[in-house]
Amino acid sequence: MATILSFAAIFPLNTLGHYIHWHWFYISVANLIVIILMVVTFVSALLLPFPGRRRRKENQ
Amino acid sequence: MSNAEIDRQWTTRLRRKAAGKLPPEKLLPDTQPSYVASWIYVFGVATLASLGVVIFTGCILAIRGPQWWHGSQYGHFINSLHLWSVEIFFFTMVIHLWGKFAMAAWRGGRTLTWMTGVVTFLASIATAFTGYASQSNFDAQWITTQAKDGINATGAGAYFNVLNLGQMLMWHIVLLPIAAVVLTGLHVLLVRIKGVVPPFEDDVQPATQKVAVGE
Repeated sequence: MATILSFAAIFPLNTLGHYIHWHWFYISVANLIVIILMVVTFVSALLLPFPGRRRRKENQ
Repeated sequence: MSNAEIDRQWTTRLRRKAAGKLPPEKLLPDTQPSYVASWIYVFGVATLASLGVVIFTGCILAIRGPQWWHGSQYGHFINSLHLWSVEIFFFTMVIHLWGKFAMAAWRGGRTLTWMTGVVTFLASIATAFTGYASQSNFDAQWITTQAKDGINATGAGAYFNVLNLGQMLMWHIVLLPIAAVVLTGLHVLLVRIKGVVPPFEDDVQPATQKVAVGE
């Protein structure tokens, strides 16, 4: 229980959400962070080398 | 029974057709084309793995019930696992969708594979929505009272009443999971029948280089 309470102290969830509002664009910070993480993961998946790919090419 | 009679049986015909379309070595292959050795190809399997966790934790929640998931430490833990596996499910599914859209993964007679993916995505959104609606807390109450006008405006409210907790729970734990799992299974079988879509430069000639699965 103490562990749960200490996590609750690190991530206070009992507050109003934060939002970004710019002209027509309106989004919660939490949703924006998730979308940014998805874009970063997508780009990383395209650019990062896959483990063992070079070894496979050498074997062929 | 003569051979001709055996050949006419629907079980014989169905088995031969299934074995012809999807022989065991195609269903569980030993090798994959070399272009599959890229991070962008892992997100489909990551989506499947998180779907497995979603269903497993959902079964535990169904066994123990709302009092347990709201009122005990282990209930909170499994409830959180259910929520976060759904978050990862959508996270990886959307990246899978972006990757396949960029590859134009409907090429080479894979239209049905693409379309089953699209419908699975829609069924998953409906499943997630009914999950939020059947949490049995103030969050669910807020979401359903906000959603009811939108749903009613479409005319679907007569059959799909978001304020009816029992109905939302049944959609969430019976109808929509069956739809999502059946569609996912069909999607995976179609991927195995047609193979993973090749990069554009390999589309003219089929890839000949193979790598062992799990290497």
